[in-house]
Amino acid sequence: MTAAVDTQALVNEITSALKDKPGALLPILHGIQDAIGYVPPECVPDIAKALSLSRAEVHGVISFYHYFRTTAPGQHTIHLCRAESCQAMGGEALETHAKQKLGIDFHETTADGKFSLEPVYCLGNCACSPAMQIGHDIYGRVSADSFDSALAELEQAELEPSA
Amino acid sequence: MTITVYVPNDSSAVSLGADRVAKAITAEAERRGLSIRLVRNGSFGMYWLEPLVEVVTGQGRVGYGPVQASDVTSLFDANFLQGGTHALSLGIVEDLPYLKKQQRLTFARIGKTSPTCLDDYLAYDGYRGLAHALAMSQADIVKAVTDSGLRGRGGAAFPTGIKWNTVLNTDADQKYIICNADEGDSGTFSDRMVMEGDPFVLIEGMTIAGIAVGATQGYIYLRVEYPHAHIALNTAIANAYQAGYLGEDIQGSGKTFHLEVRLGAGAYICGEETSLMESLEGKRGLVRFKPPLPAIRGLFGKPTVVNNVISLASVPIILDKGGDYYRDFGMGRSRGTLPLQLAGNIKHAGLVELAFGLTLRELLYDFGGGSASGRPIKAVQVGGPLGAYLPESQFDTPLDYEAFAAQWTVLGHGGVVVFDDTVDMAKMAKYSMEFCAIESCGKCTPCRIGSTRGYEVMDEIINGHNVEYNAKLLRDLCNTLLNGSLCALGGMTPYPVLSALNHFPKDFGIDEPAQVA
Repeated sequence: MTAAVDTQALVNEITSALKDKPGALLPILHGIQDAIGYVPPECVPDIAKALSLSRAEVHGVISFYHYFRTTAPGQHTIHLCRAESCQAMGGEALETHAKQKLGIDFHETTADGKFSLEPVYCLGNCACSPAMQIGHDIYGRVSADSFDSALAELEQAELEPSA
Repeated sequence: MTITVYVPNDSSAVSLGADRVAKAITAEAERRGLSIRLVRNGSFGMYWLEPLVEVVTGQGRVGYGPVQASDVTSLFDANFLQGGTHALSLGIVEDLPYLKKQQRLTFARIGKTSPTCLDDYLAYDGYRGLAHALAMSQADIVKAVTDSGLRGRGGAAFPTGIKWNTVLNTDADQKYIICNADEGDSGTFSDRMVMEGDPFVLIEGMTIAGIAVGATQGYIYLRVEYPHAHIALNTAIANAYQAGYLGEDIQGSGKTFHLEVRLGAGAYICGEETSLMESLEGKRGLVRFKPPLPAIRGLFGKPTVVNNVISLASVPIILDKGGDYYRDFGMGRSRGTLPLQLAGNIKHAGLVELAFGLTLRELLYDFGGGSASGRPIKAVQVGGPLGAYLPESQFDTPLDYEAFAAQWTVLGHGGVVVFDDTVDMAKMAKYSMEFCAIESCGKCTPCRIGSTRGYEVMDEIINGHNVEYNAKLLRDLCNTLLNGSLCALGGMTPYPVLSALNHFPKDFGIDEPAQVA
């Protein structure tokens, strides 16, 4: 109950701060996703009202862009590059390994809510392929082993009190 | 005396551990009671040597690489702060042949400076182009860019000066400069390197563009996959505002130019300029019909210059040294330099800025050193996911827009992705169709439906069903995409698909000789 009210207050705050920018919808959606991790479908009417758009228009924009999501992500979102340069350096094998290790496919979240896996088409790290991104952190020349240790490091970091 | 140590903060260097190296060096220096000044610089683009640590000595900047955090203690033991010899010693960095053989105009500063430090930018010839531009008439600025022969570096190679001239001569109460920083092509990272490694050069280029055509507002449309570039740009923009290089009355000239970064949201199609403008307006990134040209009716219906990062970042040196200086590099109608990006299965992956005219073979072997795996290079995709695959027989093509076009290939943004002989080209063709299907904006039928049908046909071919019939169907479908699509996504997906089919028919289960599309 409180969480829902908080979310709505947050969405309204972000929306009213940005709504007067020219072409405000993408900045607003980014603001919401940065704050909450996704764009909750129930906030669509409020955004539409603030921008004098129809709900269909706002929904259309959210669903057009691969980056915006309408469900909560796992604690960490892994973006694994599927593009040509990474394929040339064993990206496909890495993809298979990642899916097996996590037990999920692309666009899914592990049962414990720790990791979401998303495909990405180029991270601009093509000189160090294959590449992936977890949060804002980018990883180059990723092997099955370094994939596993990156995940282990993240899990370890959660166990330790923040230094 | 305090010794200066450079450790790049370019995101590719960071992806290989540069942050950990920087931390380890700071900690080790502290432990040993040594006073150092650690500077995070851009990357020179020699990625097989990253993280590349440099120490400033009397002889110049001495390099060590690739350095891992675990090497740091031994570097101190080898007295690297005085340029001491170590297993990772590279000597004077600017003398390394990979770098020395290049002609760096747009990338002149990258690697040498602290990217968001305005003093560094000014010390390395920054804002000289703007100073000249402020003393020139608008028409003369546009003329300098036209004279330089600069063509759009995003891939379409349209003459930049002509675009600017149209915007200059279109009357409007508001005009815009847009930097297309939606660098979505696999195998390209030069835009990223500029934004992370020398953001001021892009800001300066956009400011000059704004003054030239009378635009007071600029937007950098940056892909969301580049968070490091986002931070660097925002920091540099804030510094430029503070020092009077952005905003009102720029350097006391009375000219105004405002600049803001806007983030994309993972849609490849938004790299297409009309789709990009729709996105900036807060809409779905549907491609617009042309005409009207963006230069006449662009963002919010106003005259708009849309240029790629490298195009805009090349403007300051043109205004600093003159259009002739820039035009004297290159060949034929491809003037100046092109920052090429070597990626994929290549030993020495990185950034190579050179005048147009080098052959692909020289780039792959003299600079690239052959494949990373040591196996023969089978195919090279140039120009991103919509670029053709070149077989070995085409490696002697000079890197020039027209020479590439004559072979039904595209030079595009200069991205070069290398594949060794383990690649299955039928799978790559299928991937191209899949990519088109995922990224199609859906406005035109050939691209929206054709890509999905193409994916299915490729599946049939790969499974060995009616291969000859399906190959014919694939050609027919590609013909529809090529001629019937609204923009380059559908219109150019046939390039990788048909080049793969023509040059590597065996991978498709076909023995017949190649048919040129």
